[in-house]
Amino acid sequence: MNETGISAGDTAWLLASAALVFLMTPGLAFFYGGLVSRRHVLNTLMMTVGALCVAALVWAAIGYSLAFAPGGAWIGGLAWAGFQGVGGEPQADYAATVPHLAYAAFQGMFAVITPALIAGAVVGRMDFRAYLLFVALWCVGVYAPVAHWVWGLGGWIRASGALDFAGGAVVHITAGAAALVAAAVVGARADVRRSPLRPHNIPFVLLGAGLLWFGWFGFNAGSALTAGRLASLALVTTHLSAAAAVLVWLAIETARAGKATAVGGATAAVVGLVGITPAAGFVSPLAAMAIGGITAAVCYAAIQWRTRLNLDDTLDVFACHGVGGMCGALLTGVFAQQSLNEAGANGLLAGNPKLVLTQMIAVVATLAYTLAATFVLLKLIGLVLPLRLPLAQELEGIDRHAHGEAAYHEATGDDLFDPAV
Amino acid sequence: MKLITAIIRPERLADVKSALFRVGVTGLSVSGIRGHGGEPEIIEHVRGQRIVVEFAEKVELRIAVSEAFVEPTVAAILTAARTGAVGDGKIFIQPLERVIRIRTGEENEAALTPLTADQVQARALQEAPVQGTDKLGKTP
Repeated sequence: MNETGISAGDTAWLLASAALVFLMTPGLAFFYGGLVSRRHVLNTLMMTVGALCVAALVWAAIGYSLAFAPGGAWIGGLAWAGFQGVGGEPQADYAATVPHLAYAAFQGMFAVITPALIAGAVVGRMDFRAYLLFVALWCVGVYAPVAHWVWGLGGWIRASGALDFAGGAVVHITAGAAALVAAAVVGARADVRRSPLRPHNIPFVLLGAGLLWFGWFGFNAGSALTAGRLASLALVTTHLSAAAAVLVWLAIETARAGKATAVGGATAAVVGLVGITPAAGFVSPLAAMAIGGITAAVCYAAIQWRTRLNLDDTLDVFACHGVGGMCGALLTGVFAQQSLNEAGANGLLAGNPKLVLTQMIAVVATLAYTLAATFVLLKLIGLVLPLRLPLAQELEGIDRHAHGEAAYHEATGDDLFDPAV
Repeated sequence: MKLITAIIRPERLADVKSALFRVGVTGLSVSGIRGHGGEPEIIEHVRGQRIVVEFAEKVELRIAVSEAFVEPTVAAILTAARTGAVGDGKIFIQPLERVIRIRTGEENEAALTPLTADQVQARALQEAPVQGTDKLGKTP
């Protein structure tokens, strides 16, 4: 450690974690890309890549400042806009042992993947320009304020004592809630009733889930902001939760339909990772297994419920990330133990039922604000740009019309034989 | 001359090919197709939702033969492609008006027999002795 208090070990871990979290976005692209039809795969990949680039710039320009610069209970200030004054000196209020810029970059990766998650609700039909504009406005209007409430200095949820280790509320509840609104406002796929979603490339789905799992070690263990005891705990809890979620999900599928599916396993891994995100640095490894298993069962039920509605959240972003994030946030209130992390708190099982209530307030506030703000943003965008493709273009395939390309050129005609087409 | 079109199960293709080669039928085209017949529809599950896959994968063979080869071809396909379960496929036989070999301009019967037919048949007989489909265990 040198005289500025910077630890080389902590800085190295945080920079590596930032790169790990970055990799989650391409991972998500393949997870989503494999789930959609072959006529929509390029647009699905490009929405994720587009979100990555737009959110990266918006974050540096104003998002980081609104989320983390000194401000009030509801929103940060503008002191750090354009990363002005964000440099090599540590910002002791957030991370005392790493350069401020490393912390801002790490947080920036979270701001990138969150809007990318929302794309899963509107695949195959949203106007690409409208989507990019939405990502930019949503980062400023929803992500930055909620990040400020939960993590920013003076943020009201942080002050309330609610725990969110790596973004159960900030990332997953906001993305899930926004997905619900986006699916409703943009509307269902034209052929949603006639043509069920049949994944066009399940190996992509597993590849993407694998990259997400790998990147999540940076997401959760990096959120310790130090390379020590806490990062180790978060890495172990993250891993165990995902593993438990997969096994529980496959057991449910086997009991219901007799088969353990690959898409189910990949989905469950993501759900288990979502569930542990708010809890990763506050709970024991055994509690992590319970959180993964419970979240998997709840999200499985949520997907069954969603598919009976007319709401076409096509890739179940709400049922996986929204419900999984809420489930994880509440379970953090159940399983948290202050003995594992002095910055944490005791939860229900450690004799403090009040934490569950505190967590619930944070969940409801995040959910309510995101639903309302996302609705307003989409309606505003709808005034200047069409939110969705014309019907004929949608039916023919968004790749052809939005990007002028086709993912696959072999004339296999596979699409013709999709169920019910 | 006849054009024989056979729709068979993809997993029977290797055996059907051997059986055809053994009877000296060595000229054929193969394509992967999908179709709907009498067999039960395939059910897939995606995140707990049932998806009915109505079109099953099949392989289509097209074989142009002279009259003498029609019955041996049909017999070879029947023996090698049959499992006894619904979904084994169909054989269609149509009259063929004219056949032309592009390389030489030969027509009809002269154009039908591939040059290497004898060697291919001899090798097939050596490699795989005649066998039926009894071992599959599906009752006809």
